[in-house]
Amino acid sequence: MLLIRCPWCGDRPEVEFRHAGEAHIARPADPAMLTDAEWAGFLYERANPRGDYRERWRHIHGCGRFFNAQRHTLTDRFAGTYRPGEEPPA
Amino acid sequence: MRLATGGRIDRSRPLRFSFDGRAYTGFAGDTLASALLANGVQLIGRSFKYHRPRGILSAGAEEPNALVELDRGPGRREPNTRATMVPLTEGLVARSQNRWPSLGFDLGALAGLGAPLLPAGFYYKTFLGPGRDAWYRRWEPLIRRMAGLGRAPEAPDPDRYGNRHAHCETLVIGAGRAGIAAALAAAEAGDRVILCDEQAEPGGRLLLLPGPVPGLEALRAQPRLRILTRTTAFHYGLQNYVSLAEVLDRPDGLRERLWRVRARRVVLATGALERLLPFSGNDRPGVMLADAARAYVARWAVLPGRRAVLLAAHDSGYDAAFALQDAGAGVVAILDLRAAPPAALREAAAARGIAVRPAHGIAATRGGARVTGVLAAPLRPDGSPDAARAEALACDLVLMAGGWTPNLALFSQARGRLRWDAAADAFLPGETAEALECAGACATGRGPGLPLAAIAAGSLGARKAFVDPQNDVTTRDIALAVREGFRSIEHVKRYTTTGMATDQGKIGGMLGLAITAAARGQAIPEVGFTTFRPPYTPVSFGTLAGRHRAALFDPVRTAPTHAWAEAQGAVFEPVGQWQRARYFPRAGEDMAAAVARECLAVRNAAGLLDASTLGKVEVVGPDAAEFLERCYVNAFHGMRPGRCRYGLLLREDGFLYDDGVIARLAEDRFHLTTTTGGAARVLHLLEDYLQTEFPELRVWLTSNTEHWGVAALQGPAARAMLAPLVRGIDLAALPHMAVAEAEVAGIPAWLFRVSFTGEAGYEVNVPADRLAALWERLIAAGATPYGTEAMHVLRAEKGFIIIGQETDGTVTPEDAGLGWAIGKAKRDFIGKRSLARPEMLRPDRRQVVGLAPRDARVPEEGAQLLAGADRREAQGHVTSAYHSAALGRPIALGLLSAGRARLGETVFATRLDGVPQPLEVVSPVFWDPEGKRLHG
Repeated sequence: MLLIRCPWCGDRPEVEFRHAGEAHIARPADPAMLTDAEWAGFLYERANPRGDYRERWRHIHGCGRFFNAQRHTLTDRFAGTYRPGEEPPA
Repeated sequence: MRLATGGRIDRSRPLRFSFDGRAYTGFAGDTLASALLANGVQLIGRSFKYHRPRGILSAGAEEPNALVELDRGPGRREPNTRATMVPLTEGLVARSQNRWPSLGFDLGALAGLGAPLLPAGFYYKTFLGPGRDAWYRRWEPLIRRMAGLGRAPEAPDPDRYGNRHAHCETLVIGAGRAGIAAALAAAEAGDRVILCDEQAEPGGRLLLLPGPVPGLEALRAQPRLRILTRTTAFHYGLQNYVSLAEVLDRPDGLRERLWRVRARRVVLATGALERLLPFSGNDRPGVMLADAARAYVARWAVLPGRRAVLLAAHDSGYDAAFALQDAGAGVVAILDLRAAPPAALREAAAARGIAVRPAHGIAATRGGARVTGVLAAPLRPDGSPDAARAEALACDLVLMAGGWTPNLALFSQARGRLRWDAAADAFLPGETAEALECAGACATGRGPGLPLAAIAAGSLGARKAFVDPQNDVTTRDIALAVREGFRSIEHVKRYTTTGMATDQGKIGGMLGLAITAAARGQAIPEVGFTTFRPPYTPVSFGTLAGRHRAALFDPVRTAPTHAWAEAQGAVFEPVGQWQRARYFPRAGEDMAAAVARECLAVRNAAGLLDASTLGKVEVVGPDAAEFLERCYVNAFHGMRPGRCRYGLLLREDGFLYDDGVIARLAEDRFHLTTTTGGAARVLHLLEDYLQTEFPELRVWLTSNTEHWGVAALQGPAARAMLAPLVRGIDLAALPHMAVAEAEVAGIPAWLFRVSFTGEAGYEVNVPADRLAALWERLIAAGATPYGTEAMHVLRAEKGFIIIGQETDGTVTPEDAGLGWAIGKAKRDFIGKRSLARPEMLRPDRRQVVGLAPRDARVPEEGAQLLAGADRREAQGHVTSAYHSAALGRPIALGLLSAGRARLGETVFATRLDGVPQPLEVVSPVFWDPEGKRLHG
């Protein structure tokens, strides 16, 4: 079980969290302006890398806040977690 | 045979026990295995496939053969227990397994005579016919009876299983010499330390030496150090999260305990495991690992045999042979597979009068249920024993010193890489991402003997030379798998099942790898390695489940009128975690009769449903309307306080996610309901958008599902029943889809005029703890309680969908006939863009329709819809089907391709009896299509 650092609450076990998919995929401001292909990309296309991955978590059984994390998908090592609007770790 | 002196047993405390009904005696400090050996019992069980006799092979957790059933009374029958790991207790009852009618005379052993018919992969080759499904109908049940291990217990387990979380700076796994040293150093440096060991006594191989275990006293003096014995680290999770299974067997009923330890640093001191040697008949009882025999002498003062032959590929075997001789056994011969055993060992043996025969092996063993002799044979140049030049040696014990495999199962679980070390002739720990160190024999091995590759090469031609004695896998099976084209070690493993028995190949796995390499003509590291997976050794379900049993397995949520419904004899059904009253049978009523009566009561008078389980969310703030406008498909800005709307929530992909009633209680306050099962995920989705997409909106979301109790009073008589209880508003002036604050039966309430039945009706929301009081007043006023089954029938008669029943994540509002709910002037809402994708506009999409059976049978929910009785391709399916009491006939809803354009057409629903049933495609609104009753 992962130990995850909620930016508000600190280190907590994984069971307190819910994964929420890839991070930094902003909802288009005006979806109607997107082509079908662009919209499909927003809906379904994700990076799924082998390596560093920026993803969202929610501390659902804690403070309830969404935040971002950078995790290595092979080792599950977290480079860090950060609040929405903050810069990811270098 | 028990020795008169020595060992770590307490001869002043004799213990009685039984095995297969015969009474025996052992001593405190014995294991079941050592006590059986002390009583001369060597035949313990039968092998999985051939039912060959099997005895005790090891002295520890790696034991593959000596599996027994322990019986401590009802619910405490435990199969597949390793006799080597069971401390002897007074009155212990053990039985052998996998034999019939008895262990000594086992009919299943006839399978051994047919062994040539049961080679590797025989499942896939032999049992192909006769006829279709022959495997499932005929062969598989037969083999299940023949093969297999112990019987699963039938009665519930009366014991308790504990669970603890622990944190420490250093977790040391294995309390041998290296583990004790690591734990002591860490404790002296100030760490909190947990030291665990699977054995009943810490010490590891130090227990082979007489006297107290060095270092143990110093450890026990450390205040921040905890020693856990009979505790197996069986799972190594990410970030040093290690699971330990502790066996307690406490008299108060606490049987085992699961520890979940988060350690800053882990030291693996898991030692090395001695390997068996592959020769013909190496599975006969009396053939034993050399170090195990030494342990039985040293720790339990037991001589496992009187006349021993040692087959050595490693120096360590000589220690065992010498120890046996010192204890009074005869050592007939030392057969050393090596051409030139170390001179010092040969001299030591000579000094003891033991003949060492270099470059010798065993061509075969003799005996039945117990070894009586071996054929000692000189080795040919290819390393195989030359049976033609063999000499028969009488013995009752054969010791195998096959060399040592570093025990790196947990290191591998920790995603550590194993690297082949040619000098050590072993895989040793390489890189790992965890804060983890290996110490002692698991890090270095125990020195090379005859190289594994040479052992393997010399065994390829042997008959019945077992590599995996529990799963009956021989060297020839592996060679056959390679010949048949299985190249990857993972495939060889699965095809032959080597290393897949309950011992997970602890003593034979490395050998199987070496034999695969030999058969492929490759070096061992070229073959690769199979991944170790948890658990390290078998863990009982009780330990994993802990307290999560029965009522604590999953929380049960009950509605405010649950106790009343129980007292009325209601039948309940689970809805998510909720228990909801399904129907309220009266004397003599079956479910159909009760549901029909409840439905008619709602249609003709008034019925009462506890709707408290619906999810409820309060949406508050100056931007509440704007937030809902962006999320739900409906328009909210123009909505006046006091009005309700049927809200639809989509996902961004345009498919229906949830529905419910949204009421505007005030300018800045909305009350929205969700489906009973959708409450948590709807709130999660709304929070996601609020926090991450629209953080500028001043809105707060609060779940208040449990705060409100909801009485749904539905039917033409509802108003007359409710009105006398209402203060503060004029009930008659409250229109359909409106809400008002009022006092009902003296209780402050939000009174909703809404309907999920098609009748005029009210949903009275009161504080949950006061619902029961309101409920009894409404029952006294003449309302008939109805359950979820009647609720389903009533809504289906009206064509109202249920999320998750009419929808399955591929249904749009238009598909469901709910396009009218969408705010057409809205620029955007969640999922709007997806509704304009070409796929969503196809005319042949599956749409919700009504289905009127042309006969009197209720269709089967989930049945496929066919265009003709003889057609095979599905055009949709039946989503709901009931008998309608109000209409006097069965009705159904379904999803049908281009359904709304096919009204009047006949389609066919598949049936389990094979004859499709004709249905007419109709409007989904069967009852009151004009909606007059809603507004009545």
